[in-house]
Amino acid sequence: MRHRRLSGVIVLILVLASSLLSGCAREQDDERTLTYWASNQGNSPQQDRRILNEEFEKFTARTGIEVNVEVIGWGDLLNKILGSAVSGVGPDVVNLGNTWAASLQATGAFVPFTEERMQRLGGRDRFLETSMSSTGMSGRPPSSVPLYGLSYGVFYNKAMFREAGIEQPPENWSEFVDVARDLTRPSQDQWGMTLAGASYTENAHFAFMLGNQEGAQLFDSNGRATFASPRMASGVQRYVELMSEHRVVNPDDAEIGSATEAVGNFATGEAGMLVAQNSSIAAIRAAGMSDSEWGVFPLPTPDPLPEGGEAVRSHVAGTNIAVYRNSENKDAAIELVKFLTSAEEQSILNEKYGSLPVVSDAYDNPAFNTDALRTFSRILAESSKQVPMIPNENRFETTVGAAVRDLFARAGTNRSVRREDIAEALDQAQQKMRSGGGSTR
Amino acid sequence: MTVTSTASTAPPSGTEPNGSRTRRPRISKRSVPYLLLAPALFFELLVHIVPMLGGLWMSFLRLNQFFLREWMSAPFTGLQNYRFALDFDGAAGVELFQSFAVTIAFAVITVGVSWVMGLAAALFLQRSFPGRTLLRGLFLVPYALPIYTSVMIWKFMLDRSDGMVNATLSDLGLGGERFWLLGNNAFLSLTVTAIWRLWPFAFLALMAGLQSIPTDIYDAAAVDGAGLWQQIRTITVPMLQPVSQVLILVLFLWTFNDFNVPYLLFNQAVPSSANLISIHIYQNSFLTWNFGLGSAMSTLLLLFLLVITAGYLMLTSRRSRNA
Repeated sequence: MRHRRLSGVIVLILVLASSLLSGCAREQDDERTLTYWASNQGNSPQQDRRILNEEFEKFTARTGIEVNVEVIGWGDLLNKILGSAVSGVGPDVVNLGNTWAASLQATGAFVPFTEERMQRLGGRDRFLETSMSSTGMSGRPPSSVPLYGLSYGVFYNKAMFREAGIEQPPENWSEFVDVARDLTRPSQDQWGMTLAGASYTENAHFAFMLGNQEGAQLFDSNGRATFASPRMASGVQRYVELMSEHRVVNPDDAEIGSATEAVGNFATGEAGMLVAQNSSIAAIRAAGMSDSEWGVFPLPTPDPLPEGGEAVRSHVAGTNIAVYRNSENKDAAIELVKFLTSAEEQSILNEKYGSLPVVSDAYDNPAFNTDALRTFSRILAESSKQVPMIPNENRFETTVGAAVRDLFARAGTNRSVRREDIAEALDQAQQKMRSGGGSTR
Repeated sequence: MTVTSTASTAPPSGTEPNGSRTRRPRISKRSVPYLLLAPALFFELLVHIVPMLGGLWMSFLRLNQFFLREWMSAPFTGLQNYRFALDFDGAAGVELFQSFAVTIAFAVITVGVSWVMGLAAALFLQRSFPGRTLLRGLFLVPYALPIYTSVMIWKFMLDRSDGMVNATLSDLGLGGERFWLLGNNAFLSLTVTAIWRLWPFAFLALMAGLQSIPTDIYDAAAVDGAGLWQQIRTITVPMLQPVSQVLILVLFLWTFNDFNVPYLLFNQAVPSSANLISIHIYQNSFLTWNFGLGSAMSTLLLLFLLVITAGYLMLTSRRSRNA
């Protein structure tokens, strides 16, 4: 009797354990249901889910394919994509930051968009050339296609400009610094501009843009880091000096860890300018600033440009969309990508999110014809440059971004940031990136 | 032990008419302890040992973004990851060493202060007085709060522009312009937050330990003319030794491995003065996708903690045997 009970217990444990293990196995997906990991484009995941589900009703009615949407915050998205790339368990379709395109392409987790597949989406030429340049390593079929277009621009507070007697936006970097100085009144806690000094992604973007304006070469043709150069140091110096030397940025900004927090400083009138992507428009509105209260101008460059410098006013920013290699519904998944990149949906979704269509045939919508969005779309199409499409791009962001963050921490705590400090920080970052510890193939 | 007892009970039961009935309990009796331990052992293997071995294996692979998806086929690189992590001429090795030093300082200070505070509070609350239960409850609050909530509150308090710490300091005329989450101050902020979270555990353990010290020893000491300080030094602390011994080991392991407090306090912008080893490993594997190197660092951490733990246990058990 006892024996039987004992063996019963053992059997029960084994059953439980095996069911636990089989829980890890891939669930058998319904043929006609896709799982879609959407990035957080709007004010909140709830809003995103509402907007997307409304559109997917149309998709389901047309194709009979159901879409199961999960909205994932930017902070978690990359780790979740990595996790599903490793385990092979994940969604069918996923959004990604377009600067990750080459790094994620290297994992082999995504289906390549071959010529044939691009034809299904209406051909490569439909897409903006700049956005298309940030979809994977050159010379290979893209592993993702653009979905929402973004670019950097300088937001300014019209009332504060008027009050300071500034009649028109600055046209070059020294005018920009002058304007920022005119707007700065530390006694009233009013500053020329605000920035996210503790955000490594933001810092890396600025280092990229300003470094390119100085003519810095970030990587050589073999993909080896070469950013510890005097030119790059000049670019980074211009950014950090806004706080350390010109004192037009509140030292508190050295603690700001995300672009959203910086938007708050701008919208409450604590800072007159904010260099941010057009995705911030939604947040500015949500913070209670109406569209007539702010304007946008392109990020200024030095005049004249240093030798070899380019008039880069933004990196090619935006969100891409990709199909998982592990998807059992690749055909339906491509159909979903086709739907989301169609002129109609590009127009609807980008209008709702305040982003820019990535296909030229969606720009007929008058909603994209505002001054601000025209500025952003011109920057994206004409004066933005893609970040290096190399597998180690993510390491560039972490190493250089963190170096600039530490420089801001110095500037914020009132220690001087000398040219040598910047050069040394970049040198350290480059050493880390080059040595990499087996980060190559 | 078990064998002899079964042997002595077997012959009488063997004389019973139903032989098959008696054989069954004999077999199961011998294996019962193992069978009862089997589920725990199984899950221990599944949850701890197997992933640990997996991590050890990963530390010998070149496991980066190129091989993540097919990680079983990642190339074997031998000790290359270890060589890289321990290369103190390169930037990465120096950083690992700094992180290691910061972690040791953090763990020693946090454990030391928590133990002293816990002992002091336990002694004060030893004698009965009105409000004692309330104070006991109050002291345990930090330990009972969810870690996320409490560290987020600390983060708000330590904010430079709107934080309570700076506001209070400036009200007291001590200057309130300091950054607490940047530069070298970050170490202080991290340590204070960790102590605030941990000392109630020391308090709880030491309070329980105090209950087992008979009061007549104190009475006898008082008769012999021992003052309060002398009583604490010669009676309380030595008699708490078994409790303290385990307590300090556990606290040390917890703080040395602490990930939550620094991660929540600084998010991804951890200053180098607060760059604990677990954060360092996380950044080296998840932010740079170099899981082989991250695993090698984790293995080094594991080895170090094993050595420390074994050494500590050997030392303390010898001391208690001598005493």
